[in-house]
Amino acid sequence: MIKIEKLHKSYPIGKDSLHVLKGLDLHIKEGEFVSIMGSSGSGKSTLLNIVGLLDNHDAGNYYLNGQLIENLDEKKAAILRNKFLGFVFQSFNLINYKSALENVALPLYYQGMGRKERQKIALQYLDKVGIADWANHLPSELSGGQKQRVAIARALVTKPKVVLADEPTGALDSTTSHSVMELLKEINREGMTVFVITHEEDIAEETDRIVRLKDGVIISDEKTLKKSKA
Amino acid sequence: MSFLFDKDTWQEIYSSIRKNKMRTGITIIGVMWGIFLLVVLLGAAKGVENNFNKLFGNFATNSVFVWAQSTSKPFKGFQEGKGLTLKMTDLDNIKNEIEGLEFVVPRHQTQALAINNFKSGNFGIFGDYPELDKVQKKDLVYGRFINDNDIKEKKKVCVIEEEIYKQLFDKDVYPIGQYIKINNINYNVVGMYKQGQVGTGGPQGNIHIPFTTFQQVYNRGNTIGWMMITGKPEYDIKQIEADVKLLLRNLHKVHPQDERAFGSFNLGERIAQVTGFLTGMQFLTWFVGIATLIAGVFAIGNILLITVKERTKEIGIRRAIGAKPWEIKRQIILESVFLTSIAGALGIIFGGLVLMLIDATIGSGPEAALTNPTVDIPVIIIAAVTLVVLGTLIGLIPAQTAVSIRPIEALREE
Repeated sequence: MIKIEKLHKSYPIGKDSLHVLKGLDLHIKEGEFVSIMGSSGSGKSTLLNIVGLLDNHDAGNYYLNGQLIENLDEKKAAILRNKFLGFVFQSFNLINYKSALENVALPLYYQGMGRKERQKIALQYLDKVGIADWANHLPSELSGGQKQRVAIARALVTKPKVVLADEPTGALDSTTSHSVMELLKEINREGMTVFVITHEEDIAEETDRIVRLKDGVIISDEKTLKKSKA
Repeated sequence: MSFLFDKDTWQEIYSSIRKNKMRTGITIIGVMWGIFLLVVLLGAAKGVENNFNKLFGNFATNSVFVWAQSTSKPFKGFQEGKGLTLKMTDLDNIKNEIEGLEFVVPRHQTQALAINNFKSGNFGIFGDYPELDKVQKKDLVYGRFINDNDIKEKKKVCVIEEEIYKQLFDKDVYPIGQYIKINNINYNVVGMYKQGQVGTGGPQGNIHIPFTTFQQVYNRGNTIGWMMITGKPEYDIKQIEADVKLLLRNLHKVHPQDERAFGSFNLGERIAQVTGFLTGMQFLTWFVGIATLIAGVFAIGNILLITVKERTKEIGIRRAIGAKPWEIKRQIILESVFLTSIAGALGIIFGGLVLMLIDATIGSGPEAALTNPTVDIPVIIIAAVTLVVLGTLIGLIPAQTAVSIRPIEALREE
């Protein structure tokens, strides 16, 4: 599903440049539940941005769903993002003047789907994440956990190939974090590839495979014990 | 362009506008003020123009008045100070010699006491030809103006101004067929007209009698008091004035450079001055109006630019979930166009209301400051189209800013 070969990325800082990703190789197959672990500055967010087509890489190859990603203009990137990727952010990133339902329906709007149809689908997904009752509430009227559920519903609504979650529990307490992770697990069980970035060990433990990143290189890549037990 | 008719496009615009009530309000007021000023100024300018037209409307605008004075230079054995009188023969000579004339109307003028029963008044008495009605339009209320038969038979008939009717007759009397006594001669009233804005006669109103009757009654022989000359529209009235006066000096054996021998008043020239003033005023109106409009449109651009900055994160989110750059641009441009259009429509409506208010208060009657202040529909359409075009152009700036930020940077914004 996601195949990365010798990926390099550096950011210019003044006259120097900061080499963030130093030749990563990573292969994530369809249906995997993977977490990228690393302290801040390890390059995990940069990796997610490149995988999420929000940023471009300097060198190496990146295949998304078998398609080589190169020379993307913004329009193509937008179409691919809409088609293949669903985003879940640490700070939820909901549009604050739209109701939960409208937020979830927005990716479908950009697909050109009719209003009634997309609201119907959006409601199905809100139901799936367990907050259909809150469909007409604004994000400001929802708790952190509820907001993240809305965000997950929004990520899923286009039936993407991969869900990319950037610190999905970073702004949540441990109980809520756990329930959000349960939701992601459930989604994974239904066959979705889920790609989580975190710096919390116990969050990473809930996934099937942990990739540890340090200073721009992968230092370990292993299945979790839980998975082997199960 | 099908997105323009897509309900969802407008839903998006509506929700983002509703969210930013403050800036929407300020923006709308800015542009509304611009087009409001344009409409009101143009309407007021039109009102002033109408006023002038009403003032001079009764006169053929391309006309000059000529009368005889006395010589100021000795010539051919005559001393200076020789008195001059226009004669009927001058009339024929002018008609034959000068090119481009429409009418040459001779007139006589005096003042006399007019009596009807126990009422009387001192009025201007004019000896006139029927052609006067063509040069200086008479707005007849009753009856007719002097006709050729009156002239031929030197009839004792008169046409009076409404003002005179009010002074000489009781309120309900029908004036036609009544008699007015002037210098012990009874004149049958055959017509009554409404006075124009610019009077040329006596202090209290004019009475017109046939020119030939005047000559006979006041013993003027074949002389002319003064004459009104009208040029064809394509001829320069100033040139006609000079030509006529030169011809008259020639005919009356006056020094060719004796400018004071014949007097004249060039109405055409005066009106041209006023028209020039009106044109200048209209130019100023357009200039001020359009400048204000542009300022308003720039205000929209500015506010949208600020809003785009405020909405950086929102735009980032939209792009992360699949909005194409063009879709973002399109929305911001449409917002701009939508705001300018709404503001423009409101401005036009309020401008129209103010013009209606002006019309209702100081816009009618003889003493009106501004007569019938209006703005032409095409002008409004042009202004509205200009506004939409400017709205689109100015919307391009914030739209470009919105998509020039990479979505990753936009998302990082807090």
